[in-house]
Amino acid sequence: MSKTRVIWIGLALLLVAAMVLPFLVKNYRVFQFNLVLVYAIAILGLNILTGFNGQISLGHGAFYAIGAYAAAILMDRAGLPYWATLPFSGVLCFVLGFLMGFPALRLAGHYLAVATLALALAIPQLLKYKLLEHYTGGVQGIVLVKPEPPFTFRFLDQPLSADRWLYFFTLAVTIVMFVLAWNLLRGRVGRALVAIRDHPIAAAVMGINLAMFKSLTFGVSAAFTGVAGALGAVVIAFVSPDSFTVTLSIFLLVGLVVGGLASIPGAFFGAIFIQFVPNIADELSKSAPAAIYGVLLIVLMYLMPLGVMGMVRKLWARWQPGAARLQASVKPGTSVPVPPDLTKESTT
Amino acid sequence: MNVEGVIHQIFSGLANGCIYGSIALALVMIYQATHHLNFAQGEMATFSTFIAWALIQKGMPYWMAFALTFGLSFLAGLAIQRLILRPVERAPVLTNVCVFIGLLLIFNAFSGWFFDHTVKAFPSPFAQEGILKTPFFSAHEFGSFLVMLAVLSALYAFFRFTPIGLAMRAAAQNPDSARLVGIRVSWMLAFGWGLAAAIGAVAGMMVAPIVFLDPNMMAGILLYGFAAALLGGVDNPWGAVIGGLIVGVLENLLGAYVIGTELKLTVALVLIVGTLTLMPSGLFGKHVVTRV
Amino acid sequence: MKLKHLSLAIAGIAAAAISVSTMAQKKYDTGATDTEIKIGDTKPYSGPASAYGTIGKAISAYFDKINAEGGINGRKVKYISLDDGYNPAKTVEQVRKLVEEEEVLFVFNPLGTPSNTAIQKYMNTKKVPQLFVATGATKWGDPKNNPWTMGWQPNYQTEGKIYAAHILETKPNAKIGVLYQNDDYGKDYLKGMEDGLGEKAKTMIVSKVSYEVTDPTIDSQMVTLKSSGADTFFNVTTPKFAAQAIKKAAEIGWKPTHYLNNVSASVGSVLTPAGLDNSKDIITTQYGKDPTDPQWANDKGMQDWKAWMAKYFPTGDVKDASNVYGYAVAMTVVQVLKQCGDNLTRENVMKQAASLDITLPTALPGINIKTSPTDFYPIEREQLARFDGKTWVLFGKVYDPGGN
Repeated sequence: MSKTRVIWIGLALLLVAAMVLPFLVKNYRVFQFNLVLVYAIAILGLNILTGFNGQISLGHGAFYAIGAYAAAILMDRAGLPYWATLPFSGVLCFVLGFLMGFPALRLAGHYLAVATLALALAIPQLLKYKLLEHYTGGVQGIVLVKPEPPFTFRFLDQPLSADRWLYFFTLAVTIVMFVLAWNLLRGRVGRALVAIRDHPIAAAVMGINLAMFKSLTFGVSAAFTGVAGALGAVVIAFVSPDSFTVTLSIFLLVGLVVGGLASIPGAFFGAIFIQFVPNIADELSKSAPAAIYGVLLIVLMYLMPLGVMGMVRKLWARWQPGAARLQASVKPGTSVPVPPDLTKESTT
Repeated sequence: MNVEGVIHQIFSGLANGCIYGSIALALVMIYQATHHLNFAQGEMATFSTFIAWALIQKGMPYWMAFALTFGLSFLAGLAIQRLILRPVERAPVLTNVCVFIGLLLIFNAFSGWFFDHTVKAFPSPFAQEGILKTPFFSAHEFGSFLVMLAVLSALYAFFRFTPIGLAMRAAAQNPDSARLVGIRVSWMLAFGWGLAAAIGAVAGMMVAPIVFLDPNMMAGILLYGFAAALLGGVDNPWGAVIGGLIVGVLENLLGAYVIGTELKLTVALVLIVGTLTLMPSGLFGKHVVTRV
Repeated sequence: MKLKHLSLAIAGIAAAAISVSTMAQKKYDTGATDTEIKIGDTKPYSGPASAYGTIGKAISAYFDKINAEGGINGRKVKYISLDDGYNPAKTVEQVRKLVEEEEVLFVFNPLGTPSNTAIQKYMNTKKVPQLFVATGATKWGDPKNNPWTMGWQPNYQTEGKIYAAHILETKPNAKIGVLYQNDDYGKDYLKGMEDGLGEKAKTMIVSKVSYEVTDPTIDSQMVTLKSSGADTFFNVTTPKFAAQAIKKAAEIGWKPTHYLNNVSASVGSVLTPAGLDNSKDIITTQYGKDPTDPQWANDKGMQDWKAWMAKYFPTGDVKDASNVYGYAVAMTVVQVLKQCGDNLTRENVMKQAASLDITLPTALPGINIKTSPTDFYPIEREQLARFDGKTWVLFGKVYDPGGN
């Protein structure tokens, strides 16, 4: 069976499982899975920028926050229905990300990391600022109403509760976002991004407009994370400055690396890590749960330095018989997402 | 707004700037040795300071505790590099970053677990009413400024004039060539980490008397330290110190006179990012030119 | 039937009916059984507010003591505490876990204003008590709109008003400088002070400066306050920054009338590191006994507390007022459960919580806990105290905004 066949069948099975799952578990677990999907979209956004394009961002929590607050303000102050807020969040974050892309052009590596970190740090302060308080709710935040399902039915003897309905909504959005990303990245745009990441000078020589591409990538990446933020706000039904501290940005980055750089499916593994490992750590220790989290993270980095998908790729390559391995790696016309070799220092 | 107030704010900013500069110095140190920015630097420094505090509580005189903590931190830094960082030496940059984040979480949690969260006073070795006291600086602030200058000069001399310093710089800049010349690159990295951990400990012990010791002492300072290190140029120790001073003064003046305290962090960061945009290698960093 | 027999029969039936209903009075909601009462809460065991995680440990240790002594009406308490890292999104998740998966009877003492705001609607919709929330924000005592939510400690705005009243009484021409933490806690105190001063607030408050928890020092803010010419200082900071503020004020030679918020009034954790001499004449309000204050060294209530710490919570810090807080709030909820008797429904838990009238052994003399169906503020009374270099000396009257 060819690789693509296997992948398609696998995806179909996964989709069926994902749709049946909420009826097999309690509402609270559905809520957790919902958050996993939300984080997966956010990490996917970050991956587009950092994994595929090599621009390190320690501040994606800022875009998540902006998307969340945009949705909250539109829902609470302007009375928009929850599904209509997603495009707004996406577009707003695209514009802001694009603007952020300009200073990012001049900065590289660690400098860019710190600049984006600065963005993440500034966001809580801005949200609390008294001139914006009327919109943002200041330190108290905004309490939202959780959407009700538009119709009801029962499946496997469980009703379509609000949590399950939101889960399906999020699942639909997730599928759309991932298909968009996959489409974007497997074509010329994707190759251009990877080229810019690995050999920017060669890419420029080949006619790729570095400035345009890099800024657009920032915008698209921010848009994805912004949509995730909006979804998050709807699911949790509450936003406040304390929900979007620099810790969020750090955790998104952790999720990215754990899942695997330059890998679309990796986003799910990263999301599962950042959603469930803190709970595991909490159960193991009340005195120092963060330490358990740190230890688990370090151990994971030892075992899978290229993330979960890096390990999967390695195993897949080993599983393939010799001739097929050679054939799979050299196929004109298709793109193979190449894990970045970031051991080399960026010199521009 | 009176002149005395402005001067006071500037001096207070310089005092704060010394704090940022000392952590920025440790960050730059590790960067020079390993080309990595150590996110766990602040928490390691806090933990070292707690160790010093515990020693002093047990009755040890200050400078002995200082020296012992310096030594222990050096060894701990060395050990961390050898045991925890070596396995991921060849892994991508971001994998290393995640390991640093893990270390950050571990050290912070251990500080809270072993030493609990109540605020602790940390003694200052500089007599409050001695010759060091000036109208705008407290004796300790001035003293820690002098200590930092001393550390800086020692570092400069070490890197410039000693063979090990040269070896360390070579190992960081071009590990392969350094190996060919016979330098034990791995041990140079470990040595660099040890040195950075020790400098971090010094920074922590200088900072604690001012801000009081608790597990989250360094969280805010680390972020400002990063900003300072990069503003000054991440490969320049002098830049780190000057960057720190600039950030300190800027923040104070902005908060007091320009934008008010509710937005001063935001504005300070905007200014830093703006400066970096105009001077992408920081104020004093080496501008790397690539030839195709 | 003769009238006498009829009345006898009716009496007999009535007696039987009453005895049947007495026997059938064991009522349980999810989380309560004949042998166990399950209670849950969320605390920040990790993250920037992890200093307050010790409250959860103290509460757990108190329930250990209660269980060792036989439980409440023969039932043991099972206490499940989850980490939320002070992140409201996580609080929502953990509270849902407590209610939907662990199936606790109620959620007790969840910590943090944003955390509690995030779950308030959920708790009231699900009709699960959100009892004795660990925040001083004023909005928790609202039985009309949120009948399932109740606070515990005196709220911040009331405290601010007490200071304002004192300033108006003793120094009506004061120039006030305020240092406050830029979050709900800081702003709530500030509002209390401003409301208490009324129209004079605009003229009396000459300088308001804030700081973020991520700020390393508040030196700049202190310099600003001194330069503003203020002669009265309202210090709304958490312990670390309070110690810094006291020390810095002394260093720059600023000696205002200093009002320190109760959150940071610990002798051992704040005033001692800041310098006992620097802390002389600071004014605060108190409602509980400070474990590091020498005047309570021989107090029976505090000695019992110390004995309990030694036996059930030996790793806890005896200088940390949070450990007294945990002890006291746990004691309060045990009282509520005792009052519930065998009727352990959620509705009855709220009913009993709204009919409290007790005084805790760790409370200052004259400070009681009183609630009613229209009064969801358990502790409202406070008294001003002045630091004399060694201990807090209570003075003036016991303020009682609720008029209990």
